[in-house]
Amino acid sequence: MSAYLSIRNLSVSLRGGTRILRNVSLEVSASQVHGLVGESGAGKSMIGKAVLGTLPRGLNITGGQIWLDGVDLMTLPPKQLRAKIGATAALIPQDPMTALNPSKRIGPQITRRLVDILGWTNARADARALALLGEVQIPDPARVMRSYPHELSGGMRQRVLIASAFAAEPKLIIADEPTTALDVMVQKQILKLIAQMQAMHGTALLFVTHDLGVVSKVCDTLSVLYAGKVVEEANMRRFFMRPIHPYSRALLAATPSYKDPTGSLTPVPDAVIAQVERDIAQHDTRNSA
Amino acid sequence: MRDARANLRRPLGLRLWLSGGWLTLLVIGAVFAPLIAPQDPLAQDLFAGRLPPFWADGAQPGYWLGTDSLGRDVLSRMLYAARLALIVAIVAGTLTCLIGASLGLIAGFYRGWPDMIISRFIDIWMAFPPVLFAILLIAVLGTGLTSIIIAIVVIDWTRFARVVRAEAMSQSAMDYVASAQVSGRTQFSTMLTEILPNVAPTILILLTLEMGIAVIVEAILSFVNLSISTDSPTWGGMIAEGRTSVHQAWWVLVFPLIALFLTVLSFSQFGEGLKDRFDPVLR
Amino acid sequence: MIYRIRDLRLSFPDMVNKSLFGPAPRTPVLRGLSFDVPRGEVMGIVGGSGSGKSTLGRAMLRLIEPTSGSIEFDGVDITHATEATLRPLRPQFQMIFQDPMSSLNPRRNVGAIIAGPLRLQGLEGIAAHVDEALDMVGLTRLFAHRYPHELSGGQRQRVGIARAIALRPKFILADEIVSGLDVSSQAQVLNLLEDLVRDLGLTLVFISHDLSVIRRLCTRILVLHNGEIVEEAETAKLFDAPQAAYTRSLLDAIPLPDPDQFWA
Repeated sequence: MSAYLSIRNLSVSLRGGTRILRNVSLEVSASQVHGLVGESGAGKSMIGKAVLGTLPRGLNITGGQIWLDGVDLMTLPPKQLRAKIGATAALIPQDPMTALNPSKRIGPQITRRLVDILGWTNARADARALALLGEVQIPDPARVMRSYPHELSGGMRQRVLIASAFAAEPKLIIADEPTTALDVMVQKQILKLIAQMQAMHGTALLFVTHDLGVVSKVCDTLSVLYAGKVVEEANMRRFFMRPIHPYSRALLAATPSYKDPTGSLTPVPDAVIAQVERDIAQHDTRNSA
Repeated sequence: MRDARANLRRPLGLRLWLSGGWLTLLVIGAVFAPLIAPQDPLAQDLFAGRLPPFWADGAQPGYWLGTDSLGRDVLSRMLYAARLALIVAIVAGTLTCLIGASLGLIAGFYRGWPDMIISRFIDIWMAFPPVLFAILLIAVLGTGLTSIIIAIVVIDWTRFARVVRAEAMSQSAMDYVASAQVSGRTQFSTMLTEILPNVAPTILILLTLEMGIAVIVEAILSFVNLSISTDSPTWGGMIAEGRTSVHQAWWVLVFPLIALFLTVLSFSQFGEGLKDRFDPVLR
Repeated sequence: MIYRIRDLRLSFPDMVNKSLFGPAPRTPVLRGLSFDVPRGEVMGIVGGSGSGKSTLGRAMLRLIEPTSGSIEFDGVDITHATEATLRPLRPQFQMIFQDPMSSLNPRRNVGAIIAGPLRLQGLEGIAAHVDEALDMVGLTRLFAHRYPHELSGGQRQRVGIARAIALRPKFILADEIVSGLDVSSQAQVLNLLEDLVRDLGLTLVFISHDLSVIRRLCTRILVLHNGEIVEEAETAKLFDAPQAAYTRSLLDAIPLPDPDQFWA
């Protein structure tokens, strides 16, 4: 089965030469949830941004390919690229507070993309938005369509963002730490919702998170990142049962679990960091142009 | 893990050099005008009327940028006019800043009664149309340097107050302000040591902007002859005079205009350049 | 007892629903909390967003004034004390804040940030105290010259801790101090806190929404929901046999790094 999203040897650097992503490769197929795990600064969000074409200024793709739905995104001219991405991919962002425009009602914020980029009629877009708000279990969708973001709670806003992401029936959704800003009970609801929606729509999902607990509930497969390099790639069960790379093991050891009476509080050992850094230095020497 | 985000480079201090350069030139020209100016700025010589700048045909030595209809040397007049421009810029700019920023800081940080009073005051004050207000003031106070400075301060302090108030309000919500309270710092001390340094970059930019505005306001007033009472040269006055003879002697209008433009531009760019260079947050 | 809190109530004026004339309706945030904090204890306060835990923390530090009830710190009634009365007491009860970005003044360097509270007390040899504080949190002395934006989240949080312990307080309130950190930094900061509590004989109240993080550190836990205490228990007991339904749903909601966890 060919993957819907295929990233091959993607490298991204700052204009001054500092490497942000180092030869990242991964694949996500339809109906698959692939996790991107790592500490802050590891580059996990950058991968999603590279796919969606939203890399910050000063960061450039210096190598590799991004294949989306059988097309190499690098080969497309800008206008077609945006159209392709708009039609086939969507983002569930991290912060529900800032992702919505506070001066616009919810309805237009969901339908705008459908009408402007995909050329739907207003009627069709509105019907679709209403249907989706129902799918994400928002009570009284019609009222929410007319509401402003500040009238909704954090959890409701995230549901709106999820509905918005699925609105255009994208084949790929990138969820960038979608529950980090939510409290633990709301997080559970939202994670279950995302899983449900993904199963229902058969979307390929790239799930970025730093929380290994969340990974074990949502992901089928995962890649572990350190300083922009994939150090381990695994099937989810195998990863938790038998993590291979020392860094992966260290991350697991550092993740607290309330079930553990001693309360695991082991930071990643310096020796492990040193080893990964050595690997990275080797990688950089082999790949300097 | 290393974090690459700190590696983003910042642009050169080119604008600081250029704007600082012009302003330095201006200051030197103004301060040493009596020594540098080739001619007496007030001396009229009808035989030397409308002489072109030094590179043109018919120019005479000693009149580098030409003369106006009354034979007065343009360069010398510009140098002396620079004195007025700088005095107005520095005095009016600084006073406006002190008054406006202080009131804004107090209103934004203390909130409550001080804010209510100061904010209402600002709202009412800003309801007056500024230029009209300036002319009214001058009519009441009479023309002269002090009047111009008072007029500028009186009109423009609200610009500082509004912006500084907003900044002070957003800074006050920061946890490091709460931390200062937990450390036992008094409100007043917190305002000076925690809020002020964070509002200072904005104040600096507004200050240099205000200096530029002060120069323009003075130029406008001298353009309509409401500025200083003596016949000391002013850029605005020179522009007004040059307007009438622009076809025969374009240099009388153009050179003061360029000086005015460069000065105002340099003030604002200098402020931005200083902020870029010295603000630790952007380092 | 270092803290004695009785029937603490706090409401905020609801400015959004205020009519044109007359006072604003009040939204109750703390609805009658009563608990003690014994000397030397490490107590955890847990709750979801909107539970009032941060407000409780700020009330305990008297950054806000309670509407009614009483707060006694070290035998002194501080419920409605003025800032002037509180000021001499302040060195004894300190706070570490949640967001390391906004709790450190971006325009002062680390040394100045830590020295701030010390200067206010008119101490001698401030530089030595600052160095000592940095040592205790595991940062080298070179950090004194750095600015907050040059530090990582974990390092900033350690500066916040250094600032809090510089005055050798009796009590520290840690408000969600590891929430924004990745697991490794989180572990480092929590281990550090554990060491400091032991070495400096501190009493610590640790506010968090994350029960996993609290387990190791705290001896006693308070569970807050909607401004009320729904459960108070010793740590082991809370996790092994949670009494309140809310506590149970809180525990059930936590995603453990375990593929076999039942998470319906």
